[in-house]
Amino acid sequence: MLISDIQTVLPEIFLAVVGMGLLIYGVFIGDKSMRQVSWLTVFALITAAAMLYVFGSTGEPEIAMNGLFISDAFAHYAKLFILLGAALAVVMSVDFMEREQIIRFEFPILILYASLGMMMMVSANDLMSLYIALELQSLPLYVVASIRRDSLRSTEAGLKYFVLGALSSGMLLYGCSMIYGFTGSTNFDAIAAAVAAGGVSTGLVIGIVFLMAGLAFKVSAAPFHMWTPDVYEGAPTPVTALFAVAPKIAAIALFSRVMISPFGEAIEAWQQVVILISILSMALGSIAAIAQTNIKRLMAYSSIGHMGFALVGLAAGTETGIRGVMIYMAIYLFMNVGTFAIILSMRQQGRMVEGINDLAGLSKTSPGMALALTIFMFSMAGIPPLAGFFSKLYVFSAAIEAGLVTLAILGVIASVIGAFYYLRIIKVMYFDAPVEPIDDDMPRETKAIMAVTAFVTLFFFIWPSPIVDGAAQAASVLFGG
Amino acid sequence: MVIQALAFYLFAGITVASAVMVVSSRNPVHSVLFLILAFFNSAGLFVLLGAEFLAMILVIVYVGAVAVLFLFVVMMLDVNVAQLRQGFLQYLPIGMLVGIVLLMELALIGGAWVLTPEIEAALGQPIPPVTEVTNTEALGQVIYTHYVYLFQAAGLILLVAMIGAIVLTLRTREGVKRQSISKQNAKQRSEAVTVVKVPTGEGM
Amino acid sequence: MDALLLEYLPILIFLGIAIVMATLMLAASFVLGPSRPDSEKLSAYECGFEAFDDARSKFDVRFYLVAILFIIFDLEVAFLFPWAISLGDIGVFGFWSMVVFLGILTVGFIYEWKKGALEWE
Repeated sequence: MLISDIQTVLPEIFLAVVGMGLLIYGVFIGDKSMRQVSWLTVFALITAAAMLYVFGSTGEPEIAMNGLFISDAFAHYAKLFILLGAALAVVMSVDFMEREQIIRFEFPILILYASLGMMMMVSANDLMSLYIALELQSLPLYVVASIRRDSLRSTEAGLKYFVLGALSSGMLLYGCSMIYGFTGSTNFDAIAAAVAAGGVSTGLVIGIVFLMAGLAFKVSAAPFHMWTPDVYEGAPTPVTALFAVAPKIAAIALFSRVMISPFGEAIEAWQQVVILISILSMALGSIAAIAQTNIKRLMAYSSIGHMGFALVGLAAGTETGIRGVMIYMAIYLFMNVGTFAIILSMRQQGRMVEGINDLAGLSKTSPGMALALTIFMFSMAGIPPLAGFFSKLYVFSAAIEAGLVTLAILGVIASVIGAFYYLRIIKVMYFDAPVEPIDDDMPRETKAIMAVTAFVTLFFFIWPSPIVDGAAQAASVLFGG
Repeated sequence: MVIQALAFYLFAGITVASAVMVVSSRNPVHSVLFLILAFFNSAGLFVLLGAEFLAMILVIVYVGAVAVLFLFVVMMLDVNVAQLRQGFLQYLPIGMLVGIVLLMELALIGGAWVLTPEIEAALGQPIPPVTEVTNTEALGQVIYTHYVYLFQAAGLILLVAMIGAIVLTLRTREGVKRQSISKQNAKQRSEAVTVVKVPTGEGM
Repeated sequence: MDALLLEYLPILIFLGIAIVMATLMLAASFVLGPSRPDSEKLSAYECGFEAFDDARSKFDVRFYLVAILFIIFDLEVAFLFPWAISLGDIGVFGFWSMVVFLGILTVGFIYEWKKGALEWE
């Protein structure tokens, strides 16, 4: 073990140590330290993101820890957005948790460890580190889903998430053992070499398919999406905001890395499956969301649909495809965090509401919020010139480039159907008479997050290069460029 | 060799039979006890494979701890089996279907087990022969050095599990009187006793 | 391999003897024991407990917490066995690797102690 190894993993080590320190601090001060612990967690997450660029600025692949860990531009890009998503979720949670009387200082610490797991996921270079990282990510998330333990819905959400998560881990492990059995290694580079030398055997295909099923569970792509609506609805809203963003980015990045780097040669074995789950997710996300009346459930179906769109880029299996996926996830983060900032502030006389109809007449009662939500909804529907349009454009053009014209056409159709329910929210806000006004007491931080994300979503087209160039660099490093 | 084969069939047979009993027995406590039997026999199978360490860990961790936890959970929930079984027939076909698919896949793999020579070489390589290094030692030689990353990550998972279990289940009850020895010892006479001069014939 | 299994032969023989003895005793008591069933034998004596009833009653969730914490430390100990055996080969690095691991779990231990999870009230 060399110093350089430690340097490569330094952001992760930093987070782990800070987490332990905060745990000890919190337990000695008690639950009243929650606000401090939350802000320190946010600070730690941002520091870790800065460390990524201070200690690993080149973006060249660096393999550390005896081939178990890889740090490259792809990992940096994904980690940056994971940390950003997690930090924003914690910021938004502070005020909410205090109002809802869920005062537990462990909450931000668990999110910190989940983020650590996500960082390790995108840096996995071995099936074993993949699995360990996935568990480190999932375990705290199961707990935070049921953090409101006296609420039946919250505990149900946690339990459902846990049982199905355990099932998916089992499938993933089964796949991993098959892959190990047929390639003789768990290391991604060695697997890639074995696939290149020995071709793809039946057993390996079955292994890959099981691995993909496990990963599809984690990204909540259809047909493995069943848990998503219930968990999103049952979990406390800041937790849902976290679930909708950071783990999705991590899982999609992991999915991309696993498919491209060890199994890049075996594209014909997995391309069909990715196309299938992509089409199913897009269709389900667009159609099932129409009937929803609860906005959190709606966001769950919306996220299933978005995962379908992101997977279109992966189905292409090319460098531009992966670039599209990474751009998609970055923009998805801004749109979703912004939307959840608004959902978190939906209160009528201090009471949380989650119905879409509760938004009626929002344009009159709080025009700022209505405007921001309009921007996010238009963007999610993919209406130019908002960011969501470009994210879809990048993945669809990559799919067409790779010859998957049918997939791209189906995607466009799905996004047109999906536009219906996004536009319905806008209609409710602007044209329905208000029944009871939404309280106008958004916390400062949430307001700032809403404004900044709306700004990014609206003006992405003016200066897209930070996201697009970063994604291009990330994609090229995955293809050995 | 014959004894080895006989032992294999004994252990394998009992494992499968007790696994069937786990899902089919009426009393959940019996299910857990059959599960323990299945664990013991799996440990026997591991020994036959030469994986002593795994066998012993199976006994220590699974039989000693996990099965006990299962018993606690069964007791805690006081499951009504009749109620649980209501959906059994309804889900049977789909369960069977999944089972058959998995079985067919296993058969497919068994039939198509082709490995390229390089892979076969790699497969046999990392394991030191049992006669030279014992199983446990062979594991010890890699876990703490070569796989230190995974080892520490496993430590973090255990830490998170600890936090999670406490966050979700620990409740402090109201009105429980605890003994605090340090407090008792630190108590001064002045805190406990007040001397009041009572004037005669007037009361307090 | 065979040498290894030979070491386990006594255990196998022991297992065989145990199975034979157990079945023998059960079978003997079944065959030789007097059996005169009577419904009165199964019914409660006057106002006593039901003779055959579900012995289970609901447990407190605190048992679960204790069991989970036990499993976690059990796993920690499981990691100590290979370490103890191979400490000579893995050197200083292996030693400190384990110390860090134990340190992580000690942080958890301090947490649960301070939190009061080890107290029974």
